[in-house]
Amino acid sequence: MERNMSNEKTKMPELDAQARSKSFDEVALGYTREMAMSEANRCLECKNKPCVPGCPVNVDIPGFIHEVKEGNFLAGYKKIIETNGLPAVCGRVCPQESQCEKTCVRGIKGEPVGIGRLERFVADFAISQGELGVRDLPEKNGHKVAVVGSGPAGLTCASDLAKKGYEVTVFEAFHTAGGVLKYGIPQFRLPKEIVDLEINVLKEMGVEIKLDMVIGKILTIDELKEDGYEAIFIGSGAGLPSFMNIPGENYNDVYSANEFLTRSNLMYAYLYPEYDTPMKKYGRVAVIGGGNVAMDAARVAKRLGAGEVYIVYRRSEAEMPARVEEVHHAKEEGIEFHILTNPTEILGDDKTGAVTGMTCVKMELGEPDDSGRRRPVVIEGSEYTLDVDAVIVAIGQSPNPLIKNSTPELKTQSWGGIITNEETGETSIPGVYAGGDAVTGAATVILAMGAGKTAAESIDKYIQG
Amino acid sequence: MFKILEKRELAENIVKMVIDAPLIAKKAQSGQFVVLRTHDKGERFPLTIADYDRDKGTVTIIFAQVGKSTEHLGTLNEGDGILDVVGPLGVASHFDPAIKKVAVIGGGLGCAIALPQAKTLHGMGVSVDMIAGFRTKDLVILEEEMKAASANLYIATDDGSYGIHGFVTKVLQDRMDEGVNYDLVVAIGPIPMMKFVSELTRPKGIKTLVSMNPVMIDGTGMCGGCRLTVGGKTKFACIDGPDFDGHEVDFDGAMRRLSMYDGMKERSEDCNLVKQAEGKK
Repeated sequence: MERNMSNEKTKMPELDAQARSKSFDEVALGYTREMAMSEANRCLECKNKPCVPGCPVNVDIPGFIHEVKEGNFLAGYKKIIETNGLPAVCGRVCPQESQCEKTCVRGIKGEPVGIGRLERFVADFAISQGELGVRDLPEKNGHKVAVVGSGPAGLTCASDLAKKGYEVTVFEAFHTAGGVLKYGIPQFRLPKEIVDLEINVLKEMGVEIKLDMVIGKILTIDELKEDGYEAIFIGSGAGLPSFMNIPGENYNDVYSANEFLTRSNLMYAYLYPEYDTPMKKYGRVAVIGGGNVAMDAARVAKRLGAGEVYIVYRRSEAEMPARVEEVHHAKEEGIEFHILTNPTEILGDDKTGAVTGMTCVKMELGEPDDSGRRRPVVIEGSEYTLDVDAVIVAIGQSPNPLIKNSTPELKTQSWGGIITNEETGETSIPGVYAGGDAVTGAATVILAMGAGKTAAESIDKYIQG
Repeated sequence: MFKILEKRELAENIVKMVIDAPLIAKKAQSGQFVVLRTHDKGERFPLTIADYDRDKGTVTIIFAQVGKSTEHLGTLNEGDGILDVVGPLGVASHFDPAIKKVAVIGGGLGCAIALPQAKTLHGMGVSVDMIAGFRTKDLVILEEEMKAASANLYIATDDGSYGIHGFVTKVLQDRMDEGVNYDLVVAIGPIPMMKFVSELTRPKGIKTLVSMNPVMIDGTGMCGGCRLTVGGKTKFACIDGPDFDGHEVDFDGAMRRLSMYDGMKERSEDCNLVKQAEGKK
């Protein structure tokens, strides 16, 4: 096939915005073989591979794209899984624009190569061929490792260790594995069936997953050691939702994004009453925050039937931490953006607990703050009331405190993040490693995977001595 | 799967189950709870651990069949398995060893949760007055067990069909009027009961512990659905509680949040104490 010199990515087929805002079906439909090969031919296969260092798990990007050009899709998939245990997930939810695609040479004059879309394509191809997974595993080496949490960090760490022959047991607090991939990211962005398929790969590799196990409660880190686990990886995520601490936040119709998304994603409340977990119906919903979680919550609220859904964000759109694609999708689906707006009080009915509105003030951008973003400042006299009947707080999560509280020797930051050696993932306790949101606070799937990968390498060195 | 080893109906609609859960039993302490799910499409819901046996590896739950999930749980029999049991969750109750005289108050099903507290205190050598309130004689549960875990057991029924005629607050008031000096009051039951008990003890400055049981999903601090206002601050019942200082809890707010899914699922908070209090207003 000819080199494709188009300045734009091959367009991703999507569900129509109107229709999809009522449905939990996946929005992005994926490339056909022809689309994939055409997009692959946009890749120049640069010698110095600027895309690869942009990937936290160092996928051989030009290598796998080369196979796609040739129509060897399965070979492309195998190239990816040499370093990335969850390609079907990453192809869907990675913020490629700030990672691999950011440094793509084709991005200088036009759009970068659609690396994420191609990754998803080869992974979906492998699924369609029943070829998902890793063959040719080494013999078990007899060393036991425990992984706490089955989110992206834990799954990646488990996968890499299993590939090296370790006997890995993953402890998951919920009734199903996947962590944030299950409870956080909605079905229309990441179908749960895909997550389960990737997890099955791990099980086929001999990784044992123990569900309903809240480490820190049923077993402590010390007890895991006593049980013969030579090393432990903590990937317990950022499970503790933050609130704004403004008046009215405990009215009934105020949710943390975690609760709202967990009800819908993990517990399938959108299928109530077929599923038992209920979700109330709302007409006008405000989502506070500007990250991916806020976009997810807003789009879920829309799909659950809210007529009006507002994103309320105190900075401007340029400062929004959400992926560009998610902001774009949200707007397409009719989510209204109230930027430079800060809530000051949630109004409600003291008898019933129902939310009746939210008082906000308008903001303007002042001097840059510690994060380098311009600090929002209140505009005097700009107070107004937003007419809403539910509020979802999506301003971030901090690491879950259960392990910290039961492991006094484990050093943590004042805000709860586990302190690690960035190079190795090692914590203050020898043989205990940590990574992902439990260390960094809420970040991305792929950064968590990168941390899981680093820790797996360090654990291998630690045990092999 | 967690096997049900024993099932018994304690009163109409009130069921006790002993579950095979050795790892949970090994760690469980009074005041803690488990989160359960009974089938693939079921919801997650919390139940306080009513008892545990570390040697046998069992935990005991006692529940009223008042909604879809507890009704489904009630259809399971000895030998059946419960799909998910997660725990032990929450902070265990902590009692000051200097305590000498305590009133442990249970309201209805709350007696099942108050009993392990009474047992713990009784075991510490504390003199326990157990005050147990029920709507009517047929609903009285755990009488023998409560008797064994206390120095004095006072049973009261709303309709006077058994024991003392009246509410637990009356019994507590009478005891205090008789000059009994409690170092601590533990009150576990419907929110209005805990609220009225806390109001009785507040003027006397008697420390009062209540156990909150709000709507919950994960039970590990993740969803914040169980949050309540305590001393003007937001607390999560699952990781900060479930025990709180009754003089600090915003019971009205907690009551509102508990009523959130009324109409979507049934809840029986048919409390006579509220009816009486509202009648007086």
